[in-house]
Amino acid sequence: MSSPTTGTSTATTSGSPSFWRMCWLIASKDLRVERRSRVVTNQVLPFAGVTMVIFAFALDKETVLEQVAPGLIWLATMFSLLVLVQRAFGIEADDGALDALRVAGVDARAIFVGKALALSAQLLLLEAVLLVLAIVLYRQTVPAGGVVLLVTTLLTATCGLAAVGTLYGGLAAGIKGRETLLPLLTLPAVAPVLIGATRAVEAALGTVGAVVSDGWPWVGLLVVFAVAFGVGGALAFGPLVDE
Amino acid sequence: MTTTNPDPTDALAGGIPVSAPVVLSTGTRGTRVLGIATIVSMAWLVAFGLGFSPADRDQREAVRILYMHVPTIWVAYMAFVVTALSSAMVLYLGRGGRPQPLGWDRLAGASAEAGTAFVAVTLVVGALWGRLTWGVFWQWDARLTTTALLFVTYIGYLAVRRLGGTHQQRAKRSAVIGLIAVLEIPLVHWSVKLWRSLHQEATVLNTAGDIKMDGLMLFSLFIGVIAFTLFYVWLMLHRTRVMAMEDALEDRGLDDALVARRLEGTI
Repeated sequence: MSSPTTGTSTATTSGSPSFWRMCWLIASKDLRVERRSRVVTNQVLPFAGVTMVIFAFALDKETVLEQVAPGLIWLATMFSLLVLVQRAFGIEADDGALDALRVAGVDARAIFVGKALALSAQLLLLEAVLLVLAIVLYRQTVPAGGVVLLVTTLLTATCGLAAVGTLYGGLAAGIKGRETLLPLLTLPAVAPVLIGATRAVEAALGTVGAVVSDGWPWVGLLVVFAVAFGVGGALAFGPLVDE
Repeated sequence: MTTTNPDPTDALAGGIPVSAPVVLSTGTRGTRVLGIATIVSMAWLVAFGLGFSPADRDQREAVRILYMHVPTIWVAYMAFVVTALSSAMVLYLGRGGRPQPLGWDRLAGASAEAGTAFVAVTLVVGALWGRLTWGVFWQWDARLTTTALLFVTYIGYLAVRRLGGTHQQRAKRSAVIGLIAVLEIPLVHWSVKLWRSLHQEATVLNTAGDIKMDGLMLFSLFIGVIAFTLFYVWLMLHRTRVMAMEDALEDRGLDDALVARRLEGTI
């Protein structure tokens, strides 16, 4: 039995796609849905932008805003993460798509990794937009020496956030009365990312006198977090969605 | 013939089994003994904590709050360890399609409830102590922040337990979330510790070995730990039994509803 697309995948003896092929299929499915519906670009990114604006209303002083700008970027990311996860699993809950995938025999870990990859892509876009907004609205500058740290922080933090979001999104999706559980479960779990990513971005941007070398231990924390929740989430996702 | 409130004994005539009569009390000889032991040790704690132990040189009488504050957080940690181990047992014994062991699930849930309540007490009592000694109710140092996040994490766990569904579903779902919490807590602790460190260094479990508390004060602290541990065990016995009764009641309600539905069909 041939694979449905060009034969570059390593098929198992039964002809079903390999694990990574399945992850890629699911991730590309999610991104294709997004490209056709444009919910993230039309609703979530503007929401993130609005959040950055209303922070200014709440915090008033421009000097304060400049000092806390990295924290505000990540706060806006956290709130937008909740919306993104709701969306990512909302498309699965309609028509019982997630159940259909599981019944079709798709490995739960592949679903987890695939959805986490798609969520990561959306998060990276979101963070890039927030960074640009911070440069414009909060007068941040990116020194040349901090670019590597900045990009590494964005990548590692995104992986951790996507893992946690996908895990708890799987639990909170679908049945009515569960969606409100997502913020309560997710925010304490991503507290380490908020702490680490904010300190690392402060170091990268040179806010409040931080230097680039201060930031790398925090990146280490973010890596550990991403690995822990990547592995733990993949293992836990199956039992949680298989009710 | 009315079918709005069918007597459950009607089901016997139809050959449908009725669930066993529900036990009216969760007290047994074991809980009576434990309860008395708890009361006695609490009385000792009051006597030593408020009476016999001396006032601290720096904190003066405010140190007496610690005889309650420290035991409650120790017992809370123990309760969360019990939750984690029980969750592991639920998943291990229920692996591969076997039915989830509900007794372990009830222990996990009851222990989490008690742990959360004890953490809440710790935070409130600690805030009062902080007001007296530091002058502020709260500080964003490593230990306080981690404890606050611990509290919120287990509030989330308790919310997951209430999501509904069958008892088996609840058991499996809660066990997975309980073990994820075990993964989260060290990460949170490590990251907060990296971020801050102002809290008073641990004076009892000091790795260097020397105990910084006066003998009688240390004794009062250990009485406190014993008293609250006995209290916790007593709570666990009662709470798990009440949970079993709640589950049986829910099942019986379902049985009665099924009987009523079938009776509707026979009119």
